[in-house]
Amino acid sequence: MPQPPDPDWIEARLVGARPQAVAALLRYFRDLDLAEEAFQEACLRALRSWPKNGPPRDAASWLIMVGRNAAIDHKRKQARLTALPDEAVISDREDTEPDLAERLDAADYRDDILRLLFICCHPDLPATQQIALALRIVSGLPVPRIAAAFLVGDRAMEQRITRAKRRISEADIPFETPGPIERAERFAAVGAMVYLVFNEGYTDANPKTERAKLCDEAIRLARLMLRLFPAEPEMMGLLALMLLQHSRQKARFDRAGAPILLDDQDRTLWNRRQIAEALAMIDKAMLHRQPGPYQIQAAIAALHARADRPEDTDWAGIDALYQALERHAPSPVVTLNRSVAISKLHGAAAALAMIAPLAGTLDGYFYFHGVRGNLLEQLGRTSDARDAFGRAIALANTPAEAAHIRQHLDRLDKDRSGSR
Amino acid sequence: MRYTILCYHNEEITSAWTDEEDAEVIENLKAVNRKWAKNFEPIVRLMPTSAATTLRKSENIVTDGPFAETKEQLLGFYVVNVENLDIAIQIAREMAEANPGGAYELRPIALYYPNGEAIEDAPTP
Repeated sequence: MPQPPDPDWIEARLVGARPQAVAALLRYFRDLDLAEEAFQEACLRALRSWPKNGPPRDAASWLIMVGRNAAIDHKRKQARLTALPDEAVISDREDTEPDLAERLDAADYRDDILRLLFICCHPDLPATQQIALALRIVSGLPVPRIAAAFLVGDRAMEQRITRAKRRISEADIPFETPGPIERAERFAAVGAMVYLVFNEGYTDANPKTERAKLCDEAIRLARLMLRLFPAEPEMMGLLALMLLQHSRQKARFDRAGAPILLDDQDRTLWNRRQIAEALAMIDKAMLHRQPGPYQIQAAIAALHARADRPEDTDWAGIDALYQALERHAPSPVVTLNRSVAISKLHGAAAALAMIAPLAGTLDGYFYFHGVRGNLLEQLGRTSDARDAFGRAIALANTPAEAAHIRQHLDRLDKDRSGSR
Repeated sequence: MRYTILCYHNEEITSAWTDEEDAEVIENLKAVNRKWAKNFEPIVRLMPTSAATTLRKSENIVTDGPFAETKEQLLGFYVVNVENLDIAIQIAREMAEANPGGAYELRPIALYYPNGEAIEDAPTP
């Protein structure tokens, strides 16, 4: 581990303090670009000053103060070049320190950070832009790393972020402290965005890529939100859900990068530390008696995590949780997932009957035909199963998904030739 | 004389460690542990403060999050092995009746080695 004043050590402090510092500077300047520039300047000064003078006790406060003063100095110099100094800007500087110290103690910086994250979730922005913006502004990832995560060029990503910033600067985000309803809305939007970041990384088979590291980043953001707002059961649920899904990272793909189904995974590869933390979070969330979609999904994932072998899985518990999820967040995909539990509990015929009404809405959904093919295969209806798998392959989103279904078809063919 | 060594660090930083960085720290610490194996007794790694719950004793109120006041000081700790958080809170409530004032923070344990000398092969809870 690097020690102070090692540049890596300082870098880690700067990254850790970034959300709070940029959020406070944004509140002060009400301009995202200005806030980012002020933070950059403060970081440069930290790299010069900390090795000489030692690091400050509170890195975030130091960066906010220095960034704010630097930006004001800059404004003043510009003003002197163009016009008479602005009295308001100068007098404002006198009370910088006491005002800041007081404000940080008042703990309302929580809402600053929530606002910073919320700005990135503006509904006008497509999901990919929301994620890119959050990674750039809140996490402070350099553009080339974000570009690598999205498999696009640096310039294209730079433009995407610039466009997203322009759009949110035109949208009027209120800077007053939010009321309880507004805060809850912001919280829900931020949760959804954090989960988007996670899912972006989740599909990557190689844990070393920039894309796969988005999972760690999403977990870090959820932890940050919980440190600021410790009593939000849905955020606890989201953190638990991501930890549980992430705990299987080493077991989810084979060497060729093809996905391995839950039943076939080597469960000794699951990360026990992440599972233990997730179970503790669910335990804690449940004391609130305010179930929500993230908590329920986490509870489902937890039942899988608790089973040492696939045959130990509590399918009745999972079925009950899916029923609860159908009530809280009804969707044909939830019913489709529930059908897997039904097939384990009551057989493939019952599950097939259950998903039959979904054929219309989910006809264009890869996973629907995959599940249906599987059930038909279990019932020995090989020709129908082959048709369903064929549909699934046509709808596959990735070569790995297609290859996975191809295995089923190969097995059907082998069974047929074997029985001859 | 027995001492506890209480570990403090900035979670903004520790929670950003990669698995590799985390493992490196643990390996470095194990070297010290091996050298002083005879002197080590229970070794405990706590989960992040986001997993903590606090019982404020005088008000008998359970809140989420760690105990973060600066007026009170850490005076001791218990390790309890229970089925769930509900039971742990129940125990803490009974202790609060026996010893009112201040607060109890309940924090799940991530790694537990009852005897420090066995750290190399002890299971995780």
